[in-house]
Amino acid sequence: MSTTAASITFSRRNFLRTSSLASGGLLIGFNLFTACKSDVKPPIDLADLNYNDFNAFIKIAKNGAVTIFSPNPEIGQGVKTAMPMIIAEELGVAWDKVLVEQGVLDTENYTRQVAGGSQSIRFGWDALRQTGATARQMLVNAAAAKWGVDASELSVSEGVITNAAGETLGYGDVVDEAAKLEVPEEVTLKEPKDYKIIGTDQVNVDIDKIITGKPLFGLDYKVDGMVYAAVLRPPAFGQELESYDATEAKAMPGVIDVIKIGKKAKVLLGKEEVNWTAQLVPSEKVVVIAKTTWEAFKAKKVIKAQWKNASTLESTDYQDKKLNGLLDGNEFTTLREDGDVDKAFANADTVLERTYESPFLPHSCMEPMNFFANVTDKKIQLVGPIQTPEDAANTVAELLGRDVKDIHLEMTRQGGGFGRRLYGDFVYEVAEISDTIRKPVKMVSSREDDMTTGVYRPAIKYRIKAAIKNGKLTGYQLKEAAINGNMYGLIPNFFPAGAVENYRVDVANYESNITTGAWRAPYTNFLAYAEQAFFDEIAETMEVDKVQLRLDLLEKVKGTTDERIQYDPERMQAVLKLAVDKSGWGKAPEGTYQGVVAYYCHNSHVAEVADVQIENGMPVVKKVTCVVDCGIVINPLGAKNQIVGGVIDGVGHAMYGQFGFKDGVPTSTNYDTYRLIRMKEAPLVDAYMIQNELSPTGLGEPTLPPAGGAVANALKAATGKRIYKQPFMEDPDFWRVENKEILG
Amino acid sequence: MPKYNLNINGKPRSIEASADTPLLWILRDHLDMVGTKFGCGIAQCGACTVHVDGNAARSCSLPVASAEGKEITTIEGLSEDGSHPVQKAWKEVDVPQCGYCQSGQIMTASAFLKQNKNPSDAEIKNAMNGNICRCAAYNRIQKAVEIAAGNMG
Ligand code: FES
Ligand code: FES
Repeated sequence: MSTTAASITFSRRNFLRTSSLASGGLLIGFNLFTACKSDVKPPIDLADLNYNDFNAFIKIAKNGAVTIFSPNPEIGQGVKTAMPMIIAEELGVAWDKVLVEQGVLDTENYTRQVAGGSQSIRFGWDALRQTGATARQMLVNAAAAKWGVDASELSVSEGVITNAAGETLGYGDVVDEAAKLEVPEEVTLKEPKDYKIIGTDQVNVDIDKIITGKPLFGLDYKVDGMVYAAVLRPPAFGQELESYDATEAKAMPGVIDVIKIGKKAKVLLGKEEVNWTAQLVPSEKVVVIAKTTWEAFKAKKVIKAQWKNASTLESTDYQDKKLNGLLDGNEFTTLREDGDVDKAFANADTVLERTYESPFLPHSCMEPMNFFANVTDKKIQLVGPIQTPEDAANTVAELLGRDVKDIHLEMTRQGGGFGRRLYGDFVYEVAEISDTIRKPVKMVSSREDDMTTGVYRPAIKYRIKAAIKNGKLTGYQLKEAAINGNMYGLIPNFFPAGAVENYRVDVANYESNITTGAWRAPYTNFLAYAEQAFFDEIAETMEVDKVQLRLDLLEKVKGTTDERIQYDPERMQAVLKLAVDKSGWGKAPEGTYQGVVAYYCHNSHVAEVADVQIENGMPVVKKVTCVVDCGIVINPLGAKNQIVGGVIDGVGHAMYGQFGFKDGVPTSTNYDTYRLIRMKEAPLVDAYMIQNELSPTGLGEPTLPPAGGAVANALKAATGKRIYKQPFMEDPDFWRVENKEILG
Repeated sequence: MPKYNLNINGKPRSIEASADTPLLWILRDHLDMVGTKFGCGIAQCGACTVHVDGNAARSCSLPVASAEGKEITTIEGLSEDGSHPVQKAWKEVDVPQCGYCQSGQIMTASAFLKQNKNPSDAEIKNAMNGNICRCAAYNRIQKAVEIAAGNMG
């Protein structure tokens, strides 16, 4: 189930290679996630760094300075700080002596340079530690040779090697010698108790640039001669471009040209089976090229385009009917089945059944989608914020009929991802634009473009049924009706799978022309609320304590031999117990109403308690206590930011996120018609992390899903009302508590 | 195209642009001052906040024509080196996640604290309510404003 992180000796050396740099110093190239080919060598010149076989590098210069070229995209989840911390720890240098630079993608063979699924740290943990430890060992071996002593007599601290006689050598003094040594067959990793950097609070490595407004993000990138592009896409999902008249637009100040793109993309991507890429490029598009962003935006508004209907123009009520039809029908795929669910329901004393509904959601990254491209005969330069650089480079190569080796892709800091920047539609667009006009160009989406031509979290409905017999939960059935896909991977095996003898998960979906995709914690972002609210109703029906019900169910999972069950019942009980303790569950002062949840996703265990109070007759979420077990915490300061942000994001979208369609056209276009949580509604989040020595797991996502459930359960406690639909605050009148005296 | 004389971070700047060009794009595209961010373009998110004559203003909704003759301060001009008490508090608390909204947050907070040296919790929430942080770093924003208030007072 869980791997421990105790001191391990590694002998697998085939994921890293070393070389000496022409300028002096040691360069270590390593691959975070796979082995290297046996014949590759890192470059001897930094200008030649390429990521074909190594996806990260460490440079130790002759003055002892350490530079880490960290390749993973930074979208606000803190890996640009946390990953180098792991290397620095094993390397044995002081954290403030380490410089971090964003790596560049230059390859077709690149593995897992993706920010998604809260997995960067989880997968990088072993490779990063081994690399740091190997470098340390080589430096120590070089010093031992110099002094003519055995390496085991030497100690290391903050980049300085000391021998038994008390003499010292800095790393810089031995780098050139170290570079000539063989990579050691075995290295020993530190014991967690000896950690000096891991587990300490470190401020975001880009903090100074952020607070002084330095160029960092894709939108800030600029080169001489660059022009701007604004893209006019179909106003409704299901429509295609028929014709357009750009006479007026072309006469506007600053406008350089108006062009059409999308033909190639349509042919290429249309070939693939229906998936997000195909959906994203269903139509040709009109593009304004201008000297400035504003001039491009303005001219776009006066283009007269005709659109034709190519497929169903969906409205929210149409989707609603479709999903209800799926739930009521019998075309399900069963993803997990234990025991005999039908029999359990037939024999039950009580059957409880509830249906939960959620709307579409846009990602609303603060930095709107944008990307830079400069396509020339020699090479293709792509720069900007993307969570899947490898995929983007490959698709652009295919789209433009070019060799992927011509592509040089550079990632900038990203103003939020939340899943949206996994999809590279905007990269393909800008590549095609630059290929057409042969100029360096930046495509910039307006907020309206971003919100109305998105890749949405699809609307989903869950119908959950519980069988209760002799005061016990004997059957549990979950039905999912979704759009363009269903829950995947191990989700059907999350809690309460394994805890109920007769258990079944059935899923069904229909294909829509609305582009849908991953949204922070896919599926679980809504599933957690549905199930955790349902557990409360089970407890109420069984007349048992809500916390005790969960603890008892978890008890049944202990000792399971089912490999699909990846959550650890003990870890889950532990977070729940601590949340109960820290939140004062059951002892809330008068006027405070609480809701509790425990959840597992993205390999982390989380429990949350929400506190709701009634203010001016309306429920308000005042506080959320959140306890997380994500194994070893690399950077608690950054980790807490993720935990707190995830909780507030979860509360915000559960309370306010409302997004619909009318004849294929999104009903919200910008932040005036789409409500995001703001300062005044943000609860205080009291965050705790379980201290242990288990391997680290994800943090970017797992605190979000349970938040909706905790709030729903607290709202019930505060108002006596159960809600089955998100967003909770869509109908404020539903919650108005006219007579406070009847409460509590 | 008309010419405008602006005063940005204490320096005179002369710009040629159409009268309705928002100050935001003058800063970003004409002057290469990209610290001021584009978030919504309709005065809803606060990412583009600058100071105009000392008050927080949404540069996305301020036409260049009406910015003439005013003293404009952007994040680049708040301090030379990040030493403004609000910037220091932001670093101390490690506020940012993605960081994109933060220059707007800092500009709103610094204009607010000039007017209210000793704000209550509720006053801070009120003052910062116009600035969206999609990463929801709101708890740390609150704390950083409190710390900055203490250091400015
Ligand atoms: S960009 Fe100006 S308020 Fe959003
Ligand atoms: S830090 Fe990402 S939007 Fe505020």
